[in-house]
Amino acid sequence: MVFSYYPGCTLKNQAKDLDIYARKSAQALGIEIKEIDEWQCCGGVYTSSPDDIAPRLSSIRILAKAKENGGKLVTICSACHNVIKRVNDDMKNNADINLRANNFMQLEERYNGETAVLHYLEMLRDEVGFDNIKKAVKNPINKKIGAYYGCLLLRPNGVMAFDNPENPTIIEEFIKAIGGTPVVYPFRNECCGAYASLKNKPLADKKSSAVLSSAKGHGAEMVITACPLCYYNLKRSGEDLPVIYFTELLAKALGVDGDE
Amino acid sequence: MHRIGVFVCHCGSNIAATVDVERVSNALAHEPGVVHSVNYQYMCSENGQQLIKNAIKEHNLSGIVVCSCSPRMHEATFRKTAEAAGLNPYMVEIANIREQCSWIHKDVEEATEKAIVLARTAVAKLTLNKPLVAGETGVTKRALVIGGGIAGIQAALDIADAGYEVDIVEKNPTIGGRMAQLDKTFPTLDCSACILTPKMVDCAQHEKINIYSYSEVDKVKGFVGNFKVTIKKKARYVDETKCTGCGVCMTNCPSKKGLNSFNMDLNTRPAIYIPFAQAIPNVAVIDPEQCIKLKSGKCGLCSMKCGANAIDYKQQDSFVEREYGAIVVATGFKPISLENFNEYGYADNKDVITSLELERLMNAAGPSKGTLVRPSDGEHPHVITFIQCVGSRDVSGCGKPYCSKICCMYTAKHAMLIREKYPDTQVNVFYIDVRTPGKNYDEFYRRAVEQYGVNYIKGMVGKVYNENGKLMVQGSNLIDNEQVTIASDLVVLATAIEPDPSVKDLATKLTISIDTNNFLTEAHAKLKPVECATAGVYLAGVCQGPKDIPETVAQASAAASKVIGLLAKDKLKGNPCVAHANEMTCTGCSQCAEVCPYGAITYENKEFRIGGGKTEKRRVASVNPAVCQGCGACTVTCPSGAMDLHGFSSAQILKEVEAICKR
Repeated sequence: MVFSYYPGCTLKNQAKDLDIYARKSAQALGIEIKEIDEWQCCGGVYTSSPDDIAPRLSSIRILAKAKENGGKLVTICSACHNVIKRVNDDMKNNADINLRANNFMQLEERYNGETAVLHYLEMLRDEVGFDNIKKAVKNPINKKIGAYYGCLLLRPNGVMAFDNPENPTIIEEFIKAIGGTPVVYPFRNECCGAYASLKNKPLADKKSSAVLSSAKGHGAEMVITACPLCYYNLKRSGEDLPVIYFTELLAKALGVDGDE
Repeated sequence: MHRIGVFVCHCGSNIAATVDVERVSNALAHEPGVVHSVNYQYMCSENGQQLIKNAIKEHNLSGIVVCSCSPRMHEATFRKTAEAAGLNPYMVEIANIREQCSWIHKDVEEATEKAIVLARTAVAKLTLNKPLVAGETGVTKRALVIGGGIAGIQAALDIADAGYEVDIVEKNPTIGGRMAQLDKTFPTLDCSACILTPKMVDCAQHEKINIYSYSEVDKVKGFVGNFKVTIKKKARYVDETKCTGCGVCMTNCPSKKGLNSFNMDLNTRPAIYIPFAQAIPNVAVIDPEQCIKLKSGKCGLCSMKCGANAIDYKQQDSFVEREYGAIVVATGFKPISLENFNEYGYADNKDVITSLELERLMNAAGPSKGTLVRPSDGEHPHVITFIQCVGSRDVSGCGKPYCSKICCMYTAKHAMLIREKYPDTQVNVFYIDVRTPGKNYDEFYRRAVEQYGVNYIKGMVGKVYNENGKLMVQGSNLIDNEQVTIASDLVVLATAIEPDPSVKDLATKLTISIDTNNFLTEAHAKLKPVECATAGVYLAGVCQGPKDIPETVAQASAAASKVIGLLAKDKLKGNPCVAHANEMTCTGCSQCAEVCPYGAITYENKEFRIGGGKTEKRRVASVNPAVCQGCGACTVTCPSGAMDLHGFSSAQILKEVEAICKR
């Protein structure tokens, strides 16, 4: 299995762990994830203005490149995934955006949303299969683990089609596959505070600590996430509950977390 | 020789503002066959109709074209006008220059041009019209009411009181419907059972009413005045004629773990049961999924204990065929499933309940004998939070886009009743808007707020979760512009209502149309609210749209009066625009019969002379004009062109096309 891979900027800086362990795990699972050449920023935040073409262009470049290389694009960062998947949907279903973006970009071949955008978790579930991961696990993570989804993976549900936004299960299934016990707690899909942490730190801290104390209250020994921004907010909230990227835990379970 | 009159209507400014009516009538005056062409402000008014009548007589017209609104609106009116002046009503053609012309154009030049073409087209068709005479059919003086809730009960009683026989077909073991499950009714707070059960008894005792309980409509054939309906009587494993409703079987049944659907599954019932004490008919029924005897062959306790010898484990579904002149559909509603609303935690928390479940919890005959307790631990709840519009007015795709209409009022009722009975209880209501149009309705809601101190919070709820045994209701308060979390003991969801799922299948059987929300479609949103596009079928209650009890009763009585008006006639005039086969060209291939949705086409072997004194026998199609609805499916299917439609012949349609293409 070969997939195009888009890490995004944060995975090259603050969230290096998310990237490194994803690569190691993929290798251990026999999957080739090939980083796209000369990739640029995804756009950062999906623009909700339908007239705004410019913020969509860098995502379209990524998508068009993935189309040339097999047509399956894997992302990890929740924010990148959200932006790229929604721009892809625009190119598939919004004739106006499609026309204007293509006219501007003058690609060799017009891009019409052909690329399938997969989150790493979706790749694990749909392409590898959680059953196969279970078989590949060498060090089962024998812990009570709370899944933290945040918002970007789940919403807007119509476009993201990731999981049931009110009662998601994919990360819980992942936790079971690596030998852990999922802890279902009510705040696993609540807001972490997001970009409020730039301007109003107390507000972001309040939201994040509500998440962690809810997880802790339900018996979680750690919380895993796929989102660098959630990770940042949860970490700085002051609650003493470990927050880890899901890829790190996967690598640990597969026995590939050491330095080679 | 044709003597055609053309009458161009202004429809006030509806047509005249966009179409130069003077030019239309002048242009048409020169059409071949047209001897008279005028325009007038309102052709459908009494004066307008008189103008037509006078012209028919004065100019000895052989046919008329009225250029006006859609034929769905006034074709019948102008046919009557022509008939009154001695003209055959089928020598009338309508050129629709309003809906298909003036209303959709802005440019006067364009619209006038098009109106002239449409009028010419109608004239061209009219030159091939032939006087038609509608046939007559008899009327079976019996009505069928499908659904035995308050709508069906009211309709049946009204029809029966007028002296006609009525059959009620109810899929459940008893009539009574949703209203039987309610505790009190708004806005007067009278007990639901106290006002419903006497009507149920009236139905049972009425000599003109026959109840088929635990039965379903299996097949429907025929047409207005002459429906043939097959009713499936589901096996209840109890002989209705013998059972006395004593209940001994229920107390002796060892299989007691079935969910009690009458109590919204809040408690259990035995495998043999009578749904509730006032059930009509008061006859037991066995749930075959739960009965030990029916599943394993061992047991038979109820049969041994039954003094009336009414138990019959070998009973099978049976079918009855009955004839009816009219049908009332009153299949009612159910609350929507909450599987798309995980945010409210209904599936995970026993103390998150629906409003209909609360009705049972507050009812003296309910699972807690009318004492309001939490389903989880039987404790009295001290803080109760209601969430309105759960699945109503929801355009996200999870729920229904419409307003369920009854929830604001019943929530105010629940809140008030709880505050009255348990004054120590704090009651909160989250709402988007409070909608209380109706006589004494807003006063009722204000009483809840002002007199009973119910805490209404404008805003929606995002999440309900359990924290240390308390249900945390997290929502927004839009008036105070803040997020609130209310620790509650009981959460009640005002769940949206939707038509009973059985209605989809029924709509197909009755060839009545259904909208995107599965509500049955009335013939006209304003002027024909209880009729259907299919003649002889009428609608009552929530199957047509969300409504409360007073409105349901009013609609049921309206449907009944339509039925009575129909059954009072001895003969019905049919539609003469029906199909007919040209036996000379018909090859008997059967393709027309295959596409006919009404089963109007049969075949017969006929003898034809083929010259030389010889004859041959050939199979040819024959259309029953009483059953044919004139849809035309057969005419376009027939490979030899033998099928044609009176009033819409292929020659007429081609003549119209020719007129449109001719410039």
